Amino acid sequence: MDAHVAQLQMQYRNYILSLYQQGFLDDQFTELKSLQDDGTPDFVAEVLSLFFDDCVKLVGNMARALDQTGTVDFSQVGANVHQLKGSSSSVGAKRVKGLCINFKELCEAKNYEGCVRCLQQVDIEYKTLKAKLQDMFNLEKQIVQAGGIVPQVDIN
Amino acid sequence: MARDGGVSCLRSSEMMRVGIGGMESPPLDLDEVHVLAVDDSLVDRIVIERLLRITSCKVTAVDSGWRALEFLGLDNEKASAELDESSSFRQVPVVIMSSENVLTRIDRCLEEGAEDFLLKPVKLADVKRLRSYLTGDVKLSNANKRKLPEDSVPVNTSFPPPPSPFTISPDSSDSSPPLTISPELSDSSPPLSPLEISSSPLSSPIDDEDDDDVLTSSPESSPARRQKMRSPLD
Repeated sequence: MDAHVAQLQMQYRNYILSLYQQGFLDDQFTELKSLQDDGTPDFVAEVLSLFFDDCVKLVGNMARALDQTGTVDFSQVGANVHQLKGSSSSVGAKRVKGLCINFKELCEAKNYEGCVRCLQQVDIEYKTLKAKLQDMFNLEKQIVQAGGIVPQVDIN
Repeated sequence: MARDGGVSCLRSSEMMRVGIGGMESPPLDLDEVHVLAVDDSLVDRIVIERLLRITSCKVTAVDSGWRALEFLGLDNEKASAELDESSSFRQVPVVIMSSENVLTRIDRCLEEGAEDFLLKPVKLADVKRLRSYLTGDVKLSNANKRKLPEDSVPVNTSFPPPPSPFTISPDSSDSSPPLTISPELSDSSPPLSPLEISSSPLSSPIDDEDDDDVLTSSPESSPARRQKMRSPLD
């Protein structure tokens, strides 16, 4: 039992570290984790869930705004990008945030092709992150079910 | 459409009791700071709510400046008409939070009376720092601050009436007028002077899309200072 828990914990640690190393997460995610305690064990999961809901909504808005036969309202696209940049920044979704920064510039430049490409990247990126974090939560669950405690991972 | 939001610090009447004529202020009850958080982003609302709760603030989170006015019972014509320079809302601290690290914008916020400017994403250390110096300001409060009666601000929502008045900045991306608000105080307490925060400088000529949040703060407190400038986003 202990060996199994230890193995899961090591797996978990390595997984978290890799998410940071590969640039999926930044220190704001660490900050969010630090706000969670025994009294609010689902805080991070709740915030992330809201974030991904936001992604679906905002990407949808951007897609619609870009899918205009005729003039595209780039300020409308930009407003949605700005929102996504804000929320991705707040949860530590580093890659998504980075894409939003580029996206914003493309909107300001009214670069239609660029915006369409960037939107596709944003779509892929948030879905990838969602899957990775789901794996992370699953690992946490496995550890707890095996009788262990989810380790605090020091990313420094 | 991104808008400016706001967070305001309300203080209970107990906290606002001030030394007048040699009387000492009572010790601060930290649990009684009530913050009104305004942000159009649900994610940010949840995060700031958590940050504030951890620092022992009571929090009400709303999604727009107009909802905030609604919460305060200031969304009707009569209330607006009563807003004037002597409104006690002036006492309430306002702090602005934004993801945009634009010096001109930050300066403008501070010039308009914001107590501080926090760069998003906001961290616990930021809120703790803010809390401690706002709390310190109330301790050093002068005769301008008065005891406020309970239920001094009428509200027409299901929210409980805030214990003291405050100032917020409404949505700036639209043509919101400068806002000065005064509560309907009873005669037993002299009113505080309101803090007038204009949303219009934030919306022009600067980027309209910013989702600035506003925390209200007292203008009498430590000089408005610029938030430490973090390095620009990658």
